[in-house]
Amino acid sequence: MTTIDHGALLDTQHMIPDIDAFKTSRSTAKARARKDQIMRVLFTATFVVATIPLVSLLWTTVANGAKRLNVGFLTHNMTGVIGGNPTVVGGYGGVLHAIIGTLEITLGAMAISIPIGVMCAVYLIEYAKDGRLAKTIRLLVDVMSGIPSIVAGLFALSLFAIVCGPGTFNGVEGSVALALLMLPTVCKSSEEMLRIVPNELREASLALGVTKQRTITKVVLRTALPGIVSGSILAVARVIGETAPLLMTAGYIVSTNVNLFSGQMTTLPVYVYQEYSKLTANCPPNAGASCVTTIPMERAWSAALVLIVIVLVLNLIGRLVAKICSVSTER
Amino acid sequence: MGQQIDVNHLNIYYGDFLAVEDVNINIAANKVTAFIGPSGCGKSTVLCTLDRMHEITPGAHCTGEVLLEGRDLYAKDVDPVAVRRDIGMVFQRPNPFPTMSIRENVLAGVRLNNRKITKSDADDLVEWALRGANLWNEVKDRLGHPGVGLSGGQQQRLCIARAVAVHPTVLLMDEPCSALDPISTLAVEDLIEELKQDYTIVIVTHNMQQAARIADYTAFFNLKAVGQPGHLEYFADTATMFNNPQNEEAERYVSGHFG
Repeated sequence: MTTIDHGALLDTQHMIPDIDAFKTSRSTAKARARKDQIMRVLFTATFVVATIPLVSLLWTTVANGAKRLNVGFLTHNMTGVIGGNPTVVGGYGGVLHAIIGTLEITLGAMAISIPIGVMCAVYLIEYAKDGRLAKTIRLLVDVMSGIPSIVAGLFALSLFAIVCGPGTFNGVEGSVALALLMLPTVCKSSEEMLRIVPNELREASLALGVTKQRTITKVVLRTALPGIVSGSILAVARVIGETAPLLMTAGYIVSTNVNLFSGQMTTLPVYVYQEYSKLTANCPPNAGASCVTTIPMERAWSAALVLIVIVLVLNLIGRLVAKICSVSTER
Repeated sequence: MGQQIDVNHLNIYYGDFLAVEDVNINIAANKVTAFIGPSGCGKSTVLCTLDRMHEITPGAHCTGEVLLEGRDLYAKDVDPVAVRRDIGMVFQRPNPFPTMSIRENVLAGVRLNNRKITKSDADDLVEWALRGANLWNEVKDRLGHPGVGLSGGQQQRLCIARAVAVHPTVLLMDEPCSALDPISTLAVEDLIEELKQDYTIVIVTHNMQQAARIADYTAFFNLKAVGQPGHLEYFADTATMFNNPQNEEAERYVSGHFG
């Protein structure tokens, strides 16, 4: 009897899930919670590690740059700056010419690359779809985004050497070099933005008897506008700090040049590079305390701070534009 | 006033693939004609050929005639853009323009075509179209709000208002209620009943009760097998279609034996 009972008991144990079986899962839950804790700490730590350079960079730039950053610095160029002496007009020179150069050359680059990039994206999404030409263009755009900036500078340099004769330096040459660097970013981001415009909107527009041209300009591009704006701002932020291609194309001068199409222009990154290259300024032995030997590095830091602020302002403008034109979906 | 559409020997192709074969149908003016049939039988495709919307798909083309009051929509000198102004379309999923307010959505057909319209005319048109779509009372206080902020049923009626605002003579509806809840469906169905006073309405539906409720005529499309072209199997007035169909396949379909 007992053996049979025992057998039956064993059998039921086999059939019905054992309550005790949950014990093991409880222990795995504990282990999982522990792993969760460890990974949390790890991820937080990597986040902190990633922000350390950023915070440190900002801090260093602000700390070093604030020293010489004043109205005089922003409203003067480098004419009349000799050694570490203050200039005749007061102050130690400034970045007015570099700010003007940066803004003009970057605007020029935007004027060249944004229309081409957006139109290229429109072609890829609205016309070519997945044809062979579209695939080739996509491949070329990908390849182009890997072009080193110095190569873009060389290209612009040789292009203008062919067209305007060798030894040409001007702002628009720099714009062409930067536009080459911006183009793939603008094109790719615009393409992505146009791709996510729902087809239903195109159909809705076409079904109302709207032509394809107006459907593209007023519905598709309008809907994608916030994304295109932020993509373009990202592209600008990428090229505004370029030094090498501008050194080759736009050159470097100490005076203010507002003509984009003639004469050399200084941009902020090039200015920073030039000041850093000087390292120290000479002071005559009989100079007073007003002669600062470390002034070039201080100017470089201040110019770097100005550049960061310009990028920040550009970003804010971009965000504002994107917000104003944004597709509101809230109820 | 609505206009009648006569379709003669219509074959629709996607590239080389014959999607729908030899459709002959006379769609009466100021009546509701429903297209029913199993999935993939080409009812939506036929609907799209009635305003040349299928031409958006690369490679899509058709042979045969589609006559709107005797004018062939596929004649050489006919502009597809003009056809789409004459024949409005409402889609399965409500698709108001997300960048536009309710008012701008209704005016989209006018504004996107760069037609000049005075503010008072625009106001009248918005009110007329929204009243026509039974939406005026619900949205008159918030015409400036985004169109996508409305509920699904309201959005669909907004799309209908947008379609009627360009004064078409025919309204094509591609499963207009399939994304809506029953109450919104009822609202849209009531609206269709009213709209047939002024427009010829062609509606594709998967819902046979809906076809029975609102349609005057019903066309049953079928396909012999997957991969075969669809065809118009049987066309009758709705009472005959659902009570006494003179076609075996149609009877099996409406009585729920397949599909």
